[in-house]
Amino acid sequence: MVSWDLIMGCGTSVATATQGKDEKTGRYDATTKTPSSALTIKAAVLIQRWFRRYMARLEMRRRYTWNIFQSIEYAGEQDQLQLSSFFSFMLNNVTHLNGNGPDLISKLMDSASDPWLENENCYNLVTVPETYTGPRLSFPLSVSDMNALLGAFKEQQTLHARYVLQLLHETRKLLKQMPNIIHLSTTYTKEITICGDLHGQLDDLLLIFYKNGLPSAETPYVFNGDFVDRGKNSVEVMVLLFAYLLLYPDYMHLNRGNHEDHLMNLRYGFTKEVMQKYKIHGCEILQLFQDVFSLLPIATIIDGKILIVHGGISDQTDLDFLSILERHKIKSALRFPQTTVEQLSIGQSSRQVKRIRSTDSSRPSSSRSHNIQRTPHQRERRCRPNRQDSSASTSSSSSSSSCSSISLCSLKTPPCFRPHPPHPSSPSGSVFQLPFLDSLSAPSPPQHEQEWKQIVDILWSDPKTLKGCCPNTFRGGGCYFGPDVTRRLLLQHGLQLLIRSHECKQEGYELCHSGQVITIFSASNYYEEGSNRGAYIKVGRELMPRFYQYQVSRSTRKLTLTQRVRAAEGSAFRALKEKLFTHRSELILGFQEYDHNNTGTILVSEWAQVLETGLRLDLPWRTLRPHLVRLASGGRVDYQSCFEDMEPGVPQVEVTPNLADALFRYRKDIEIIFSIIDKDQSGLISIEEFRHTWHLFSAHLGIKIDNRAIDDLARSIDFNKDGSIDFNEFLEAFRVVHKLDNKDQPVNRIIGKE
Amino acid sequence: MAIRNTAGSCPHVHKKIKAAFEAFDYQSNHTVDVRSIGTVVYSLGCFPSRPNLHDFVAEVGEDHTGYIHLDKFLPAMTKKPLMLFKVLDKEKKGYLESEELTKYLTQEGEPFSQGEMEEMLTALSDNDHIYYADYISQLIFDPDT
Repeated sequence: MVSWDLIMGCGTSVATATQGKDEKTGRYDATTKTPSSALTIKAAVLIQRWFRRYMARLEMRRRYTWNIFQSIEYAGEQDQLQLSSFFSFMLNNVTHLNGNGPDLISKLMDSASDPWLENENCYNLVTVPETYTGPRLSFPLSVSDMNALLGAFKEQQTLHARYVLQLLHETRKLLKQMPNIIHLSTTYTKEITICGDLHGQLDDLLLIFYKNGLPSAETPYVFNGDFVDRGKNSVEVMVLLFAYLLLYPDYMHLNRGNHEDHLMNLRYGFTKEVMQKYKIHGCEILQLFQDVFSLLPIATIIDGKILIVHGGISDQTDLDFLSILERHKIKSALRFPQTTVEQLSIGQSSRQVKRIRSTDSSRPSSSRSHNIQRTPHQRERRCRPNRQDSSASTSSSSSSSSCSSISLCSLKTPPCFRPHPPHPSSPSGSVFQLPFLDSLSAPSPPQHEQEWKQIVDILWSDPKTLKGCCPNTFRGGGCYFGPDVTRRLLLQHGLQLLIRSHECKQEGYELCHSGQVITIFSASNYYEEGSNRGAYIKVGRELMPRFYQYQVSRSTRKLTLTQRVRAAEGSAFRALKEKLFTHRSELILGFQEYDHNNTGTILVSEWAQVLETGLRLDLPWRTLRPHLVRLASGGRVDYQSCFEDMEPGVPQVEVTPNLADALFRYRKDIEIIFSIIDKDQSGLISIEEFRHTWHLFSAHLGIKIDNRAIDDLARSIDFNKDGSIDFNEFLEAFRVVHKLDNKDQPVNRIIGKE
Repeated sequence: MAIRNTAGSCPHVHKKIKAAFEAFDYQSNHTVDVRSIGTVVYSLGCFPSRPNLHDFVAEVGEDHTGYIHLDKFLPAMTKKPLMLFKVLDKEKKGYLESEELTKYLTQEGEPFSQGEMEEMLTALSDNDHIYYADYISQLIFDPDT
C-alpha cells in the first residue's frame, strides 16, 4: 500500500527520507533509524506542515472577519454624523414640527436647562417604594455602599432612579471642580492602572476589579472613556465608575470618550437602555448624564510623562489650550457649536423656515433636482473630506456639488432652500454645511469653534503609520495622526508616551509609532464572542507600562480556536450580507451597468468594483467573494445570488420601491428620529409627525421619494384611524431577515443591533 | 462544527472532495481520467511529487481502465490521513494524549515551537484527548472555504 504521506507532498525534504530507503517494501538502509521511528518522523512532519498551513488559513479568516466588523462599525459612525447634521438642520431651520419634534431635539442637543434638574434636591421628590429590593445608597458613599452595588449588579439588579439621580447630581458637583487635564503622580501610589473602552460590558469591568483589585488608595485607576453604548450594562458600568469616583476622587479618574456624547448614545444603545430601565425618570436621567458627560475631564497626565486621552491628537492639538477651555460647553462633538451656527445663520433662518413650510408638500421637484447630483461617486467623496479644500468650502456657494464633497456634515439641502446668490463676503453659504472635520481652516476661527475642534481631535482620532495628519475618513470624524505628529507633541511637552483607546485590538492592546503610542481596549469579545481580548495597563514609578490581558467567557464550554473563528466569521458575513441587502437596488443598478447582455452575470472584477464604490467599506472583496456570491461560468458571478440569503420582513402595507429602499437603508436613522419625537417612549407618533419627519429627512438625504407616497403610506398604516402610528411595528417590516438562520450558531451580537 | 464519526471526516469534506472530483467527471459516471486525477488532488490543496502521484494513481486505479472511480478515490482521500495519526497512536486508542502529541510534534520532524503547539492544542481540542479522526480532514482540506 502506498503511504498516504506520498500523496500529501512530504517526501524528500525529511532527512531520513533522503537516505535511500523504500517504505513500500519496508527495506531500510543501515543508516536509517528503525522503520517505526522513520514513519513517526514522517507523520510528524506532515502533521506539522498541515497544521501550519491550516493556521495560516485560519489567521487569514480571522483577519478579514476583523476587517468586516471594523469597517461596518465605522460606516455606522459615518451614518451617525450624517444624522447629527440632520438634527442640526432641523434645529436651525425648523422652528417647530407640529408641536414637539425639534423642541425635543433641541432639548437633546442643547444643554439641560430643565430647572427641576438644576435643583440640588430634586431626587428627594422621587420616592423609593418599600417593595424595592435593590441596593439603597446613602451619601456620602462608603465602602459598604460600593459592596452593595457590586453585589446587586452581579445579580442583575437595577439601581433605583432616585439613587441614580442623586449619584449623577453628586458626580456633577464633583466634576465641576475638576480641571480639564488631570495630573497624577506615581510618587504616592505604587502603581496606576489604566483601562480602555468598556462599552457597557459590566462583566469586563467586574473581571478587571477581580483580577486587579477594587479601586482604592493602593489601586488607583484611570478609565479612558467609552464607558457606555453597545453593551447591555452601560448604566451599571457608569454607576460603578461614578460611585467610585465619589468615594475616592483621588484614586479614580475618568477621561471622556467619544461615546460620552448624547448624540452617539442615540444610535449605539445607551439612550435606549436608560429608557428601558427607567420608564418613569428616563428623560431626567438622560439629561443629567448628558450634563455629566460634558463635564468629564478630557485628558490625564501621569508624572508629566504619560499623556492619556481617549482618541489621540492632531497636528493642531494644543495641550495648553485644552487645559483652559470650557469643556462643558461641548455637549456633543457631533454638534457644531450652536453660537457659531446662530452667528452664521443670522437673517437666513426665518426666511428658510417659511420656505420649507411652503414647499414641503407642494414642491416635490425640489428634491428631485437635488437628487440628480447624488451619485455613488459623490457620496464617496463626501465621506473623504479634504482639509485643504475646506476654507474654500465654507465661503463658496453651497449649491455647488463639488464643495459638498469636503464637508462630511454638509447638509443635503435642496437647492431651492439655499440662499442665493450667496453674499461673497458673508459666510452664509455655510449655514447648511456644518463642517465637522475641517472647521479650523477658516481664517480666524471663533473661540468656540476652536475649542470644539480641539476636543473632537482628542476624542475621535486614530494613529496611522504614515507621516502627517489628515482627516479620519474611515470613521468620518477626528484625524489620523502620523508618528511625526506624535513625536512633535511629546517633545513639545516633555512627554514620553501617549496612551489612547478608541480602537478595538485583537490582543486588547497594541503599540505603534515606535512604541510612543499605546492603544488600550478593555472590552473583550467586542465584535463577537471570541473576537478579541481585553487588556489593561499598569504603570509604576519607573513608567514602564505592563500589559494584562483577559477574556470574559460567557459560554460554559470552552470553544476551540477553530470554532471561535467560524462563529465570528459567520456573524461577520451575516452583518455584511445585511449591508449588501440594504443597498440592494443601488448595487443592482451598478451590476447591470456591466451586464450589457442581461445575462445576470458580470466579471468578478466588475462585481468587486461595484461593491467598492457602492458600499465604501474598504474590504478585500475578491477574497470574500466565495462567501458572498456564486460563480457562474467563465470567471463571472451570478450577481443576484449575493442577496439570496436575505429577505425583507413582510410589510403590512404596500410601499413604493423607492420608499422601501430608503426604509431598509436608513432604518436605524429613522428609528432614532422617531424615538426622539416619541417623547414618552410610547412607541406611537402622530401621522403629522410621521409625515413631516419623512419630508425633511428625504429632503435632507436627497432621496427621491414622492411626497404623496409618504402621505398615502402615513394614512394607510394608521390602522385604527386614531391619528397615531406604531412606528416600531412599522419599522419591523423593514428589517433584513436571514432566510437560513443557522440554529447551531451561538447567539451572536451583530453590529448595529443593540 | 466537527462531527465525530468513524470515517474520520465531516460530510462537507466529502462534499468538497466530491465536488472537485466531479468537475472532471466528464461522462457523469463517477469516474475521472487518470491523467486528470493530479489536477483534482492539487486543487484539494495536496502537493505530491510526480512519482508520488504516480504511485497513488497506481493504487487507486488498480483496474487499469484509464479511469479512477469515485468510490475508490473518496475513501483514499478521506481515510488515509488517519494512518498518519495512527502511526503516532501506538496503542491504537483512537485518540492521542495531548502530552503524547506534544512530544512528537515538538521533538520530531520540523519541530513546533511552544507557541505553535499551544495553538494546535487549543485549535483542535477542548480537552486532553485529541480524537484525531475528527480533525484530520479539516486540517487538510479546510472545509470552510
